[in-house]
Amino acid sequence: MIEKVFKGNSNYWMWLAFLSAFVAVGAICYLRQFVYGMYLTGMGRDLSWGLYISQFTFLVGVAAGGLMLVLPYYVHNYKTFGRITILGEFLAIGALIMCLMFIMADIGQPLRGLNMILHPTPNSMLFWDMVVLLGYLGLNIICGWVILTAERKQVKPPKWVYIFVYVSIPFAVSIHTVTAMLYCGLPGRHFWLSAITAPRFLASAFAAGPALIVIACLIMKRVANFDAGREAINKLTTIIMYAALINAFFVLLEFFVGFYSNIPGHKHSLQYLFFGIEHHGVMYNNLVPFMWGSVFLCFGGLGLFAYMKIKDTGTDLMIGIGCAMIFIALWLDKGLGFVMGGLAITPLEEIVEYYPTANEIGITLGIWATGFLIVTLLYKIAVDVEHEVEA
Amino acid sequence: MDKQRRKFLKIAGATALAGISAPAVVKLTSTPALASSGHGKAAEHGAAEHKPEGHGGEDSAKGVRLGMLIDMRKLYGHPELLEKVAAACIKVHNIPQIEGNKNEIKWIWDMAYKNVFPEHSSYHSSKITEENNFLVLCNHCDEPPCVRVCPTKATFRDEKTGIVSMDFHRCIGCRFCMMGCPYGARSFNWMDPRPYIKEYNPDFPTRMRGVVEKCNFCGERRALGQEPACVEAVKDVGAIVFGDLNDPDSEIRQILDKEHTIQRKPSLGTKPSVFYIV
Repeated sequence: MIEKVFKGNSNYWMWLAFLSAFVAVGAICYLRQFVYGMYLTGMGRDLSWGLYISQFTFLVGVAAGGLMLVLPYYVHNYKTFGRITILGEFLAIGALIMCLMFIMADIGQPLRGLNMILHPTPNSMLFWDMVVLLGYLGLNIICGWVILTAERKQVKPPKWVYIFVYVSIPFAVSIHTVTAMLYCGLPGRHFWLSAITAPRFLASAFAAGPALIVIACLIMKRVANFDAGREAINKLTTIIMYAALINAFFVLLEFFVGFYSNIPGHKHSLQYLFFGIEHHGVMYNNLVPFMWGSVFLCFGGLGLFAYMKIKDTGTDLMIGIGCAMIFIALWLDKGLGFVMGGLAITPLEEIVEYYPTANEIGITLGIWATGFLIVTLLYKIAVDVEHEVEA
Repeated sequence: MDKQRRKFLKIAGATALAGISAPAVVKLTSTPALASSGHGKAAEHGAAEHKPEGHGGEDSAKGVRLGMLIDMRKLYGHPELLEKVAAACIKVHNIPQIEGNKNEIKWIWDMAYKNVFPEHSSYHSSKITEENNFLVLCNHCDEPPCVRVCPTKATFRDEKTGIVSMDFHRCIGCRFCMMGCPYGARSFNWMDPRPYIKEYNPDFPTRMRGVVEKCNFCGERRALGQEPACVEAVKDVGAIVFGDLNDPDSEIRQILDKEHTIQRKPSLGTKPSVFYIV
């Protein structure tokens, strides 16, 4: 099936070239970081995790989001998702590879990465995160490939693969739960020390992942003659709405706990993120516009979806805009606010703001482009197989 | 033909997977205890006499647990002594002197009371606490969160001394320990530290870029029968006392029994081994 990625129209090649340009820039930026050191990033002694880890966290969610297609199709036998379930599995593969690349970009001694396996340490959540991420990656590669191969040959998938499909369902939940546990088990990091972190991560994941899949479906409908079907898209937008609402509800609960209890540690990060916080006469508020942007995009997207559902209308463009709004809102919330908000107030009660450097942003864009490239190639295979079967 | 290739790929894939995961499986099954095996031993001895504990309360533990007592009363009004302490540590441990908060490396330094003891702050604090800075260093916790989170056991608690140490050669630089530490005691080598070492001490290793470091309670000096560099630096006024917290006859225990001391952020359950008289 791999041969399918070598045949495509000029738009396909243009898109690949466009992504490759970013990959090349990212590779050069990474080489600089590898040779000169991580002082090229905006991270520092007081704020020692940055864009890489926050992108990693968000993308684990995107990977887990594929569950919203796999679960209805395989467990509830919801046939409408038949054509697009493979897209969820392939998106997970791309997202997980991005996650692993972000981790490698973030560690100071990448050549020692195998120490994670040579000296396995079960009390570290990072060890378990590696285990479940690699496990979920393997499961998606197996399930996606075997089921697509069966579809191509127009036979039923072998029975054994369903074992992997069903195992992948709890695995999807586990990758984001364990990723949340990286944060929520640390004493002295008040903003993260919340039992609702894992559920909140899952809720936002189940909105962000499907939102990206809907956008991909709408694009492929125009450029690749692949129609996911109106009903499938409508069902997905419903799922996105509920998941985004639950995420917003969880964020509001964080506000209640922080501000009603009036415990400074629980309040400070939220203050910093949404209103700005004053310290020694200096106002720290560089994330405030992003966080309010997230709020307006989230509720704007939800409003748009609600309008389309109530009036029973909506063009593809409107659906696409709604999904993009929610995806960006959740990216701002989790891919930016969650990590930086927790870190801005240091253990020594100082406030440090984070500004990523150009080199760091170059690497980040390069990894995103690599992920999109992988997902494009995988989707190309999936769509071409569908066309082949239909022909 | 196709079938044979497929079979070969399958076997090769399975073998590679088994090969990669084998070391992990072997390691996990062969070592009896987890990395922070302090619990393992403590549980063996202490299970019978488990006492209820409140916030920051501690069971009386067994074995050697090295600790430090900083008598700030002897340092008030003497910022030059605080500097002397930091300078002694910098010299002994080849700590690079990098400008700016972003990339700097610190093992022991001084900060204002409200930064060091945020849980002890008060509305009208005394002039002495307002005007003086307090020494800050790794607490060598009895329940160190940094050890709990490290994915490679590069930072570990030495069972013989209670010192929380670093293996600079194993550290992958993920900085999870810096997230875990609620005291901000750890520094990461964002750049090659060697050009920034002012005065090279051949008795202690320099570090490379990309690893985390912190105070080691001068484990290397203790092995030679010497006191920690900071203790020695202010020996004249006797401001810092170092010793075994579990030995009832040690000097540090005598003072702890007599004086009221405080620890940093006791409510987090990390059980710091650094005590302050303020």
